[in-house]
Amino acid sequence: MKLEQLYQEIILDHYRNPHRQGLREPFDAESYQINPTCGDEVTLRVALDGDRVADVSYDAIGCSISQAATSVLTDLVVGRTLDESRSTMNAYMEMVQSRGQVEPDEDVLQDAVAFAGVSRYPARVKCALLGWMAFKDAVGRAAEQGNGAHQAEAR
Amino acid sequence: MTALAAAPLTASELEKIRADFPILSRTVRDGRPLVYLDSGATSQRPRQVLDAERAFVEQHNAAVHRGAHQLAEEADEAYESARARIAAFVGVQPGEVVFTKNATEGINLVSYALSNSSVGKELLERFALAAGDEVVVTEMEHHANLVPWQELCRRTGATLRWYRVTDAGRLDLDSLQLSDRTRVVAFTHQSNVMGTIPPVAELVRRAHEVGALTVLDACQSVPHRPVDFAALDIDFAVFSGHKMLGPSGVGVLYGRRELLEVLPPFITGGSMIELVKMEGSTYAPPPQRFEAGVPMTSQAVGLGAAVDYLSAVGMERVAAHEDALTERALAGLSEIPGVRILGPTDIHDRGGAVSFSIGDVHAHDAGQVLDDLGIAVRASHHCAWPLHRRFGLAATVRASFALYNTPAEVEALLAGVQEVRRFFRVPA
Repeated sequence: MKLEQLYQEIILDHYRNPHRQGLREPFDAESYQINPTCGDEVTLRVALDGDRVADVSYDAIGCSISQAATSVLTDLVVGRTLDESRSTMNAYMEMVQSRGQVEPDEDVLQDAVAFAGVSRYPARVKCALLGWMAFKDAVGRAAEQGNGAHQAEAR
Repeated sequence: MTALAAAPLTASELEKIRADFPILSRTVRDGRPLVYLDSGATSQRPRQVLDAERAFVEQHNAAVHRGAHQLAEEADEAYESARARIAAFVGVQPGEVVFTKNATEGINLVSYALSNSSVGKELLERFALAAGDEVVVTEMEHHANLVPWQELCRRTGATLRWYRVTDAGRLDLDSLQLSDRTRVVAFTHQSNVMGTIPPVAELVRRAHEVGALTVLDACQSVPHRPVDFAALDIDFAVFSGHKMLGPSGVGVLYGRRELLEVLPPFITGGSMIELVKMEGSTYAPPPQRFEAGVPMTSQAVGLGAAVDYLSAVGMERVAAHEDALTERALAGLSEIPGVRILGPTDIHDRGGAVSFSIGDVHAHDAGQVLDDLGIAVRASHHCAWPLHRRFGLAATVRASFALYNTPAEVEALLAGVQEVRRFFRVPA
């Protein structure tokens, strides 16, 4: 196993220059997730426009894998419908939990195919999932609340 | 700690010791020799321990303290002999040693025995806690010596207070004054993150001055230097088998005899009774009172063999060897730009756990690069989250040493840290 297979350039690029970082308003739902083994945390907000993901904003402390994974996540879901986002999320989760057994579909996962190497490091899978778990949770909350009802103020 | 006059292990002694540990000769990650620097999490086991466990199971296995047949006699003998040798290893009497699953269970045993003393008509004034009482810990505790006390306070209404840690990673003795409401003072014998050895004698003096019980987490001291609980005048102490060349699944609670004799049980059931009637029961004297159910046996026997192994090397020499490794690691890391060591940077009152950060590289990422080089370290908050929060860090890399580590492995670590800097482009 070579380090470069895990830390592909795409991952290091997103880590050094994360996309859509920071918490923004308005938003429909927020999720806070932690990784108890290393203390990493992410607060992630989802803003919806009808059936579409209008924005994903986040504040995170974590390793390069978790930071880059959250950055890539925003590229893959912002502007897409909830159904499209969920199917991308499922494909991503299947890939990173596959222990290297799933050949990722680059058409669906785009930059996220770089995380295929993570699946060979079981201890790092949680890192690659932290932001995605927050997205899944936030989307679920937003759906419960019904679409379009922006929260004016956070917390 | 007094100055240790013993000599570090020689290269040939070290080679002989390493040959006793089969795992140290394996390779990891594409054929790299294993550099195991995670003994603070769990240590590796020598053949002598594995052989003792196997010999017990193959020749003497029986449920202890139950049968009268020959195997039962032999099993009892092996189990109690292990207890006696382990007790002698830490300077106490066999009757003061209780076998537990691990050190965490030992601390829970004490905390639950105290809350069991605090309820019902059996209330024991000496141990009972109530609202207004205080339990004192330190900011450098492992979660195992923090969460059980938080829970004891929740159950009894007592208040948790703590000694703070200085920027240099030492205990700030001025940060807290004990009071006559302080009932328990629980603290580590050696920080599992920073290696800091707090002033045990002074902490014990202050606690006993106000009539508080003292509880020592000795998980990181007993495997690495001579420890004498009786000389430390501590009331309770715990340590774990798997951190001292022994098996997992066995730990030790030491309790001062006169305290164990009056302390109520934590886990109840078979083996720990004196007389059982439908209306109620009375309990066996210690240590049996605290060992309900069929206990771990081959693990206790294995821990006995681990203590024999360490004694044969000599704990003064183990300490001298590990001090030399730690000193070199501290000096080498201090010279690398961007490295920040948590806690004391000299060997004075300090053991062989060295935690650090490298620039703004996350500990997971640094640990991954080291792992790729075959170097096993821990990348985490090391179950001391409040301590990391105090230093403004989520996690650190920890290298921790044992008697089988070599100076060459310390150099491998230092080279590995340089590789982390190169890979993640940490500025000079």
